[in-house]
This record gives sequence, C-alpha cells and structure tokens, in this order.
Amino acid sequence: MTAKTEMLPREKKVSANKKSGGYVFKNGVKKWTVSIVRGLLLFGLCFMIIQPMLTRFGISLMEEKDLYDSTIVLLPRNVTLDNYKIVFDLTTFPRSMINTLWTSLLVSLLQVAACTLVGYGFARYEFPLKRFWFGCVVLLIVIPPQTIATPLYMNFRYFDVLGIFKALTGDSLNLLSNITPYLLMSVTCMGLKDGLYIYMLRQYFNGIPKSLEEAAYVDGCSTLRTFSTIMLPDAMPTVLSCFLFSFVWQWTDLFYTRNFISKSMPVYSTELSSILTRMSRYFSADAEKAVIVPPARQQQLVSIGVLICCIPLIILYIFTQRTFVESIAMSGSKE
Amino acid sequence: MAKRKKDKRERWGFRDSVTALLPLNENYDTMRSRGARTGYLFILPFVLGFLLFMLTPLIQSVWMSLNEVVLVPGQGYQLTWNNFQNYKYAMGVDPYFSQYLVEESGRMAINATATLVMAFVIAVILNQKFKGRTLARAIFFLPVILASGVLPGVENQLTFNMMQGVSDEIAAQSGVNISAALQNLLSISGIGSGVFDLLFQMIDAIYDIIMACGIQIIVFLSGLSAISPSLYEAADVEGCTAWEAFWKITFPMVSPLLLVNAIYTVIDFFMKNDNQVMEWINTQFTRTRYGESTAESWIYFGVALAFIGIASFIISRMVKQYDS
Repeated sequence: MTAKTEMLPREKKVSANKKSGGYVFKNGVKKWTVSIVRGLLLFGLCFMIIQPMLTRFGISLMEEKDLYDSTIVLLPRNVTLDNYKIVFDLTTFPRSMINTLWTSLLVSLLQVAACTLVGYGFARYEFPLKRFWFGCVVLLIVIPPQTIATPLYMNFRYFDVLGIFKALTGDSLNLLSNITPYLLMSVTCMGLKDGLYIYMLRQYFNGIPKSLEEAAYVDGCSTLRTFSTIMLPDAMPTVLSCFLFSFVWQWTDLFYTRNFISKSMPVYSTELSSILTRMSRYFSADAEKAVIVPPARQQQLVSIGVLICCIPLIILYIFTQRTFVESIAMSGSKE
Repeated sequence: MAKRKKDKRERWGFRDSVTALLPLNENYDTMRSRGARTGYLFILPFVLGFLLFMLTPLIQSVWMSLNEVVLVPGQGYQLTWNNFQNYKYAMGVDPYFSQYLVEESGRMAINATATLVMAFVIAVILNQKFKGRTLARAIFFLPVILASGVLPGVENQLTFNMMQGVSDEIAAQSGVNISAALQNLLSISGIGSGVFDLLFQMIDAIYDIIMACGIQIIVFLSGLSAISPSLYEAADVEGCTAWEAFWKITFPMVSPLLLVNAIYTVIDFFMKNDNQVMEWINTQFTRTRYGESTAESWIYFGVALAFIGIASFIISRMVKQYDS
C-alpha cells in the first residue's frame, strides 16, 4: 500500500499503461495530437482575422516614400503621423465622429427601447392576429431595406399627412433635412435590423417563467410596473447586448445613414465611403480638377479611415465582449 | 388531444377579437380581453411602424417597379404604367444587372454552404475545453464588428482600383499563390477539375467566409453547449467512438439551428454592401432611375427568397426533428 503511494508519477503512468495494454499511452498521444492540431488551426484562423488590422496599423504610420520601397512590408522605416492628419481633413474628422457618436447612441437607444416593449408583448400576451404580426417581424428580418428605399425616400421628401400640410402651407414637408424620419423609424422598430432584436428579445422573455409575473399580479402590481421592476432587470443582459449590436451596426451602417442622416450633417461612415473621390480633389492644387492618387497611397489613406472607424468599436468590444457573446448564446439556446 | 382542445379555446375568433377591443360589451372586461389589449399596446410601435414605414412603401415599391417614375420638381413623382418595361429593362437591356445577379448567386451558393460548414466546425472546436478559449471566442466574434456596414465596401472599391485581379494573376502564374500552384499541379496530373475548382474557390474565399460566420458560430455554440454531457457518457459506455458520437449526437442535436443559420447567412450575404448587385442597384438609384432600380431590387429579393426556400427545403429534409 505504502509503496504504491510513493511511486513517482512517471512510473505510475508506465505501470498503468502496461496494465491497460497500451491504452493510456495511445490516449495521451491522441489528446496531444488533437490539441496541437486544434491550436494550429485556431491560431491560423485567428491570425487571419486580426492580421488585416495589424497590417493597416503598420502601413498607417509609414511616410509616403516607404510605400514605394519594396523592402518595407509591414514595419515603417520613417514613422509619421501626418497621414492621420490628412485623413482627419478628408473625413471632417472630429465633427463627423461626434455626429456618428450621438446619432448612433440616440438611434440605438430608441430602437432597443421599442424592440424590448414589442418583444415583451409578443412573448407574454395572447391577442388576435398574433401569428400574423409575428410573421411580419420575420418579414422585416428578411426584406432587404433596399427594396423599399425609393418610396420611403420619396415619402419623407414630400411628407404629408392626408394633405394637411399642403393645404396649410402650400407645400409638402421635406423631412429629409434633419434626422426626424430616421428617429421615427427607430421608435417604430423599422430601423436597421430591428426584426432581429425583436426576435432575440422575444426569445429571451419566452424563457423567463410566467410565475414571476403572476406572483406580482396577485400582489397587486400593475402591468407596467411588473414589466419595469421585474421583467426588465431580468432581461437587462439581453437588452444590453441588443443595444451594443444596434450601436455597433449603426456606427458602420451606410444605407440608412446615407439616406436619412448624412443629408443634414457629416457622418463618419458616409465620409469614409466617399473618401476616394474626395482624396483626388484634396491632393490637386486646383480645387476643381481631380488628380490621380497613386494606388498605394490610396490604400494607405483608406486603411487609416477604416482604422479610425474601427478603433472605438474595438475598444468597446474589448470591454463588453462577454455581453456580446454570451447573450446571443442565451437567446439562441431557447430555440 | 388535450393540447388541441386548449388551442381551440385560446384561438381568437372574429367575434372575440372585435368584442375584446371595443368597449361596452360583456366580453370587454374579461381577463383575456384585457390581456389582448395590453398586448396590442406593447406591440403598438411595431404595428404602426410596419404599416407606415414598411407596408406602405412596400406596396408603393411594387407599384413603382411596374411604372415609369418621373420626378416632378416640387410635387413629388409621377407614375405612368409601362407594361413591365422596368422588368424587361432589368433582365434584357441592363448590361450589368443580370450578369451580376448570376455571378453573385453562384458565389453565394458556394460561400453560404462553406460558411455554414465552417461555422459548425469552428463551433465544435470552440465548444471543447482548452486554454485561451475565451480569447478565441472573442476573436472569432470580432468580424461581426469588422465586416459590417461600410467597412468591407470601402476596401473592395480599393482593391478594384489597385487592380488586385492582375496581381492575383501574376501570383498564380509564378506559383507564389499556394492554392493556385496546387490547382495547377492537380490539373496537370489529370485529376478531375470540376469538384476541385469548387474547392479551390472556397479556399480562396476563406477570408470572406471567416469574416461572415461570427453570428453563426455563436448560434451553433449555444446549441452545442445545451447538449447534456450525459448523452456522450452514455454513448461512451456503450462503446461509441467519437466519430459516431459526432454524427449520432452532436449533429442531430444542433441541426435545428442549421436552418436558422442558413437563413441568416443567405440574408446577410444578400444585403452586404460589397455585393455587386447591391452596388449596382444603388448606382441606378443615384442616377434617378427609380423605376428600374426598384424593379431590380424586387428581382433580387425574389432570388434571395428562392434561395431561402431551397435552403429550408433541403435542410428540413436532411434534418430529423426530435420531438421532446
């Protein structure tokens, strides 16, 4: 008995291996191979995801002459921050970023508030035509907003309710000069990917046991109070993750932004999308004429633009990564 | 049987629905009617939004696609019926649309399949326990941010400008590109090209594929982590190999999520900014070809729906539903 416990781990393994007829050894080899292969595979794939960002960062610090030097690939020889200044100029930087920040915040707050209510309604109440309306939510997920872009645009351009404004002022309202239309759409769950948020939140509310609310009702709690004090705190992680998604996607969104926001103020995503055309004017001495910017230089400046767009999001992601990943996992598992 | 009975009681007939919503009748003040009204209050934003900003534009858009749209300054637009001219234009006259449509559909069929398989494999790997799992998950989810909205589009515009195609060609000829070199080798040795072409296309598109499977990985992961470990234990005791366990336990348990993911992938692909068809429709829009651009987007949407239909048909046949 004592001899056994004093045995060295190595000898123990050998004897165990002998006893099992080579099984322990085989199993060990198998485990090691699996974890090595897995490690290599994951490393390769992760590297592929991160590498463009690192390359962009490396290129962004180079002076222009470094770009044409074929001995320089990733690390700059002459480090400079001037490129950033140029990109700031090209994208009206501080202003467009501030606009992006507050519009994204406002829009995603409205979206998530509306979607939470709607998701709760779908999860908890029985009402006529429920299946029909939920079908509409699915339709909302499936229909690309581009199909309705034109009429929507026209509606807001010549906005009128039953001809009232036209009768009063002689002309219809042009709502496109500010972001009211988009705020209206966000409040009514018609913004970017709202169908998805409704779906996610409904799924989550469905998973909370009904007895919680029933207890509250028995104690005389009103519907709204039950929702705000019992259900909402419970659903907060999912709500938060919907908010983060909405914020991040709104930040990079081009479609809605181009149609509804960027008409009245510079927003970063639209500025970024037109950076190439603006670049050619920026570098010419004559403001009217465009010059051809060398491709490498173009790439460098666009990379910086993308980098500036991503950095705030990546920082946000680093801090909120758990919320992002786990809440989807939670809402998905109640399929 | 009992369940069906219950369903019948809870179903809303026409009379029920009307009396529940209108005051001054005996059905108005029941618990059930009250619930219905509260439910409608909760989903009111959606109902309003859907009617105003989705259904109306949707009908208008169908109507527009069937008409010639002329902008009248100060008054809006004028529509004149033109006998499916927009659709004829989209399919017959427009030199780019049908070409882009076919190209993108083919690319999508390949990429969507590859994305699903890739997402599933990665999810299976990430579901195992190993050091740095949280980090790996975080990184695989990063594309949800990095490949959204304007970001891929800008870069694409650029690679087009940089004549990326030419440099790819040179790389392929000089054998720098590994997959191209392998492809050459295989074609020289006379191994069938059809399947391998497809495979190489996927390998070359691996960056796009990885960037497209963030959400799908998470959805699969959620399904995988919900499988009870006791199932695997039981299988192990019965002498089931890992391979068999994968096909008999893991795959069937996760396969319901396959449909959700397939639909998400198809939609995601169709709505991406770097999609040629999307870009082309947007170009048409900025050229004030409103009628034509709506017709084209409807055709495009039709194709997307067809893809979703095919995908759900195949998957629902392939997947066994486990009733629990």
